[in-house]
Amino acid sequence: MNAVGQALAVAAGLAAAAAVCAMVVGRRGRAIAVGGLTALAGAAGTVGGVRGALGQAWSADLPQAVPLVGLRFGIDPLSGWFLAIVGAVTVVAGVYTIGYAGRDGRGMGSRTALFLLPLFCAAMMLVPLASSVPSLLVGWELMAVTSLLLVLTEHKHDPAVRGAATWYAVLTQAGFVALLVGTLWLSSAAGGSDFAHLRVAGPTLGGGTTGVVFLLLVFGFAGKAGAVPLHPWLPRAHAESPSNVSALMSAAMVKLGIYGLLRFGFDLLGGGRTWWWLVVAALGALSALYGITQAAVARDLKRMLAFSTSENIGLILLGIGFAGLFAEAGKPVAGALAMIAALLHAANHAAFKALLFTGAGSVVRATGTRDLDRLGGLVRRMPATTALFAVGALAAAALPPGNGFVSEWLLLQAMLHPGPDAGTLLTIAAPLGVAVVAATAGIGVMTYVKAVGTGLLAKPRSSQAAGAVESPPSMLTGMALATLACAALAVLPTFVTPALARATGVLGLAGDPLGTDAGAVALSVRGAQVMLYPLWMLVAVAGGTVVVALVARAFGRARRRAARAWDCGDGPLTARMEYTATSFAEPLQRVFDDVLAPERDVDVSHARESAYHVQALTYRQRIPDRVENRLYGPLVAGLRAVGERARGLANGSLHRYLGYLLAALLAVLVAGVWG
Amino acid sequence: MNHGATVALAVGQTALLAVVAPYLVGVTRAVRARLEGRGGGRLRQPWRDLRKLLRKQPTSPPDASLFFVAAPPVLLATSLIVAGAGPFVAATSVFASADLIVVVGLLLLGTVALALAGLDTGTAFGGMGASREMIIAALVEPTLLLSAFALSVRVGSTDLSTIVAAGVSEPSRVFTPASALAAIALAIATLAETSRIPVDNPSTHLELTMVHEAMVLEYSGRDLALVEWAAALRLTILLGLLANLFLPFGVATSLAPLPLLIGALVFVLKLVVLAAALGAGEVFAAKLRLFRVPELLAGSFVLSLLAVLAAFILAGPVTP
Repeated sequence: MNAVGQALAVAAGLAAAAAVCAMVVGRRGRAIAVGGLTALAGAAGTVGGVRGALGQAWSADLPQAVPLVGLRFGIDPLSGWFLAIVGAVTVVAGVYTIGYAGRDGRGMGSRTALFLLPLFCAAMMLVPLASSVPSLLVGWELMAVTSLLLVLTEHKHDPAVRGAATWYAVLTQAGFVALLVGTLWLSSAAGGSDFAHLRVAGPTLGGGTTGVVFLLLVFGFAGKAGAVPLHPWLPRAHAESPSNVSALMSAAMVKLGIYGLLRFGFDLLGGGRTWWWLVVAALGALSALYGITQAAVARDLKRMLAFSTSENIGLILLGIGFAGLFAEAGKPVAGALAMIAALLHAANHAAFKALLFTGAGSVVRATGTRDLDRLGGLVRRMPATTALFAVGALAAAALPPGNGFVSEWLLLQAMLHPGPDAGTLLTIAAPLGVAVVAATAGIGVMTYVKAVGTGLLAKPRSSQAAGAVESPPSMLTGMALATLACAALAVLPTFVTPALARATGVLGLAGDPLGTDAGAVALSVRGAQVMLYPLWMLVAVAGGTVVVALVARAFGRARRRAARAWDCGDGPLTARMEYTATSFAEPLQRVFDDVLAPERDVDVSHARESAYHVQALTYRQRIPDRVENRLYGPLVAGLRAVGERARGLANGSLHRYLGYLLAALLAVLVAGVWG
Repeated sequence: MNHGATVALAVGQTALLAVVAPYLVGVTRAVRARLEGRGGGRLRQPWRDLRKLLRKQPTSPPDASLFFVAAPPVLLATSLIVAGAGPFVAATSVFASADLIVVVGLLLLGTVALALAGLDTGTAFGGMGASREMIIAALVEPTLLLSAFALSVRVGSTDLSTIVAAGVSEPSRVFTPASALAAIALAIATLAETSRIPVDNPSTHLELTMVHEAMVLEYSGRDLALVEWAAALRLTILLGLLANLFLPFGVATSLAPLPLLIGALVFVLKLVVLAAALGAGEVFAAKLRLFRVPELLAGSFVLSLLAVLAAFILAGPVTP
């Protein structure tokens, strides 16, 4: 057993210890024990993942673990990369849980929730390590079930939680069925279920089989990743679950859908056809645009972050799709570059979304509301949380010098890299891809200005926000750890690019696109005269700001005076007069009126004496998820109708049921004889 | 070409743009006043205003936090960085850091800082201005990126210096019918980004129609000086990019003194012509209703998308 094996054994042991602690430790010390041990397990997993990503191999064979098939685990640079992401997010969530779960033993602090938390983290670490179909499915289902139960944590307080859990359960299980059928079909066609065997046999299978298998896998994996139109569970589950669980789900779990898609699409099925990647890229473009538009108009802080997850998954899928398209078109450098951009964005998104969801959790814990229209004024009451959240928002808005900017820069460079002679398809697809990324980035900036500006700044818009107090140190530490990860990825992305090059090598895209001539401080792209200096960008912006501020102070009078804000001479201004998140996004909502189709409801009640005198006016607006209504509405209605019809089959007559049994038995026998 | 000369060029260029920027605003105002039959102020008036404001004490509204205080320096710092790094006086390929995506990102960072400050004041006007400014920025940013991409496709680099240098050395390779579309799109984006007519009216203070001015309503004294200076600088930067991307003649391609001097003179001349054209254009145009602005911006976005598509389709194989 080498260093990777030891690290993983330690991680498994610590996760098990955390689960045991959840059962035996009393409510006062429970969160500290479980959170601390889970964080340590995550740290051990990160160590194993980093070593794996740097090329250290490890494998374990457990033939007796599951009857007939056994389980197989192993690590290569690709699984190492995703394991490192999951492990790092687990550290953040573990530390954060200590303060978040509290000592009262309810909600997240309950025995059940804290028992499930380390199991969920361990299951997420198992998925990228799986190196056979049964092991993958076991890890996947364990992850699905534990996360589902964690989503349900607060079901006693809020009935909406049950609805969210139902959506999540149905969609995740539908995805699981698709994965089950797809992977078993693939295994039976290839004559084996080990990844090593599939890797050899997969690419030789007929195009029809692999095509259908690929579509099934896309349904399963992209559904877990939260891509539109398989996303309706995501804004519900992320919003309604405890925030440490939201952070784990959004930052780590959805990435495993990406991992599965990469593992099967590129590694085991050998890259496939052009249309596969066109489907993936289209799915990515749809997710990015729809996700960010919904995020921009969302009022609920956590729902907004969840839709932004769909958007970022969309960008990652867009990168993957283009990587496949470039590889098929004979542009290996651009293909590898797009893949590196997608993998780096996966890590960047994990870092800033872990930060933002934990930040949102602190806000919700302090104020008791997720409604941006009722928040505000937290910059004075929770300065540390505000500062950390703002860093995450900068990164998520893909503004320089944040880490999101680096990966979007790489993605845009990849799309421009092949130039105009890459074939008709790419000649049309590449500019459209650039347009999607650019439009998404523009609306994304607005979304995060809204989140910070109306959620945290200015006057508090409700009494809950006015009474907020800063979070305990452990929660701030968790957020600070995520901030450090963001900062490290932002200024020194060159430290992770060797690992990324190895991971893309596993996927058969060995284009080696990043030049090394620029040293550690610059990213340069082979074959294109471009450079990005992330560290200098940060130094220039921060240093420039300080210098400008000091020089300006040196002129004139230094002291700043507090003065009344402009209130049209009719003060004082109240919080009711402030712009809210809804009013901030209203112009955008007007622009995208046809896409969003908001439901407005205006009630005017008149005075009894005269209809010309208005007594009260109420205005309600809801922005429904149109994809959900149009696509899932009829589906659910149809299923319900079938269910109603099927009732007729069960009329309570015992003879009839015995008849069914007989018929089923005969059918099985006939099928057996036939087969 | 060594690092010392590059740094000296960047510093010199920053200083040139920072000095010229308020005069450019003066030119725009003077041309406009003359065409409207008014006397107008002197060219130096914007500079005098800045000097006056710089000496005055800044004020903060009671609810404002550090975001409000930090926004003007952030805005000016990002503008100065872009002014130093961009291909304005010289386009040398040593300077491969004027990446177009970075430039757009830095300009956007300044806008975001100011929008957050607007919200931070806790007033209705601040929020209103911030909301409107951000919706315009959200629609303009993709246009800026795409229209410059239309040129970068032919050059094979998103580095602005490289694009401009290629335009100087081989104009026929860079300029296609697609560039005309891109130029129109970039011009509209410039008007929107710098809050000019028909998107916003820089001289209005009517509360319900203003965009940029509403956002910076609470700034006074030194803070306001920084904001105004940065606004002038951003106008200069965007006009300069428009000029050098589509009319790159005269830009120095080496770091020798004479070409640099010619480059600086030609650049200032181009700026003055563009600023005068801007002022003249504003006389004949009216401000659009706020909710018609997205139509204009969507139009420019489509133009820039067409420009990129055309650049891809019309282009032959690129010679490296």
